[in-house]
Amino acid sequence: MLQQALNGLFVGSIYALFAVGYTLVFGVLDILNLAHQAVFMLSAFAALALVADAGFPLWAALPLAVVFGGMLGLGLERIAFRPLRDRADSNISGLISSLAMATIFESIAAQIWGPDISRFPFNAFPDRTLEFAGASASLLQLCILGISIALMALLTLLIARTRLGRQIRAVAESPRAARVLGIDVDRVIAASFFLSSALGGAAGVLFGLAFNSISPDVGRSVELKGLAVIILGGMGSVPGAVAAGFALGLVEVFTVSHLGASYRDVVSFAVLFLVLIARPRGLFGQAAVREA
Amino acid sequence: MRDFFLTYQSLFAFVGINSLLALSVYATLCCGQLSLANAGFMAIGAYAGALLTVHSSLPFPLVLAAAAIAPALIAVPLGLPVLRLRGVFLAIATIGFGEMVRLFFVNWTYTNGALGLVAIPQRTGLWMIYLSLTIALYVFARLRGSRAGSALEAIREDETAAATMGIETTSYKLAMFVFGAALAGLAGGLEAHLTYMVSPSGYGFGRVVEMLVQAVVGGAASFFGPVLGAAFLTVLPEALRELSSRIGLSPGPFRLFLNGAILLAVILYLPNGLASLPARLRRKAQA
Repeated sequence: MLQQALNGLFVGSIYALFAVGYTLVFGVLDILNLAHQAVFMLSAFAALALVADAGFPLWAALPLAVVFGGMLGLGLERIAFRPLRDRADSNISGLISSLAMATIFESIAAQIWGPDISRFPFNAFPDRTLEFAGASASLLQLCILGISIALMALLTLLIARTRLGRQIRAVAESPRAARVLGIDVDRVIAASFFLSSALGGAAGVLFGLAFNSISPDVGRSVELKGLAVIILGGMGSVPGAVAAGFALGLVEVFTVSHLGASYRDVVSFAVLFLVLIARPRGLFGQAAVREA
Repeated sequence: MRDFFLTYQSLFAFVGINSLLALSVYATLCCGQLSLANAGFMAIGAYAGALLTVHSSLPFPLVLAAAAIAPALIAVPLGLPVLRLRGVFLAIATIGFGEMVRLFFVNWTYTNGALGLVAIPQRTGLWMIYLSLTIALYVFARLRGSRAGSALEAIREDETAAATMGIETTSYKLAMFVFGAALAGLAGGLEAHLTYMVSPSGYGFGRVVEMLVQAVVGGAASFFGPVLGAAFLTVLPEALRELSSRIGLSPGPFRLFLNGAILLAVILYLPNGLASLPARLRRKAQA
């Protein structure tokens, strides 16, 4: 029981980290960035290349890959979102252009690393298991849990306390009002993309380490889970995404142990679907200001 | 001419089937609704058709009718709650539905789970595909300019305003949702009896993305856009197969890259798709 709860928290922390970035962009722009999963995947590959090909130690490769993810986010924003911003149907055309970028990213990964599964070299991370109260967790799992919680706490602080955070919240509320108040809206949106993609990239590297398998389509299943998480947590709500990410991880683990592995994914989509029909704003979402 | 036709027969078949699928996405797109449930509907049609062919002696036209009707029947109770959602929320809910359908077939032992059904007799003829496509196009052509067609256009432009003017937005949206489901199911039935097999992996999120890409690249402003897009994106990779090997890229990623790049270029520079290109060029030439 404790063991399963631990496993659930550990998977959930990756979902939460992925979804936090996803929901941040939605909160600011009202756009679903379907290329988030491709950033996740490319960052995992970047970390792999740094460790396996360039011989970097893992502790150095992780932050580099995270920055790389953030840069991808800046590129995404510039190429696929900024030109569409003033269009009437920008939330649908933005979704489509992000899909195009996801396809391009996936094709690049498939060209460089091939369509099959790549793995981190043996011993990239010390293989040590810790035991307490009858449950065991690998050092890697605990590090992943720790890193993702730390990153999410940093983001929450950044949004709540810093000048940039205030500006992000203002733009999310109303870009026009923010511009009137002298905020450089373009810069704030670019910054949100950088943050969002960096977190997505971090989630990708951690996911790659946790399951030690990376392929060009590795982000797809996580993307769909991430959708369930941000819907459950309430679109645009960072604390909601964190809570829902952990909740989904736990629910999945208990579904596997009680109903069998083949029902794992069914649960997340059932959750997504029921929340959308019964309470579209999710658990932590703002009241029905949005078009839901 | 005959040789040419025989060589490319299967390509023609896939152009037709992909056109039907792109039209099925267009059906909801033309009233401003982005629904991504169509790979799920396609799966339901394909499995319904394949099971009927394998386990009964129903004549093939009736099998195809069942492939279209089965998903349409499911689309009604699905559409009623889901179509209240707008914009990306509808897209997300329908993605969720599509994945649930796929996972249902993965877990259904009666249809061999993830392996799917194989050795389905080949019944689909090229003429059947193009007859279905003609009928679908006829329906869309009749809609244009009709009372219902104008209502759909009004809903696309501004749903709230349309409702205020007394248009029954829910009924219209539901009708198009169900029609799209039937088209996707029909295409699924046709494809199953063309490729001898159905398996859940053929109806994932990637498949509905493909349909959407074809509809958008061709142009979602008119009903021949999706057909143009499906034809273009089905034929292009075949035509460029040679090129990709000459410049030393593997065909799979090259095709993926091309799809992405074309979609991006179209959405950024040609929002109404390839179908709007001639008019645009003409306008440029005049200016």
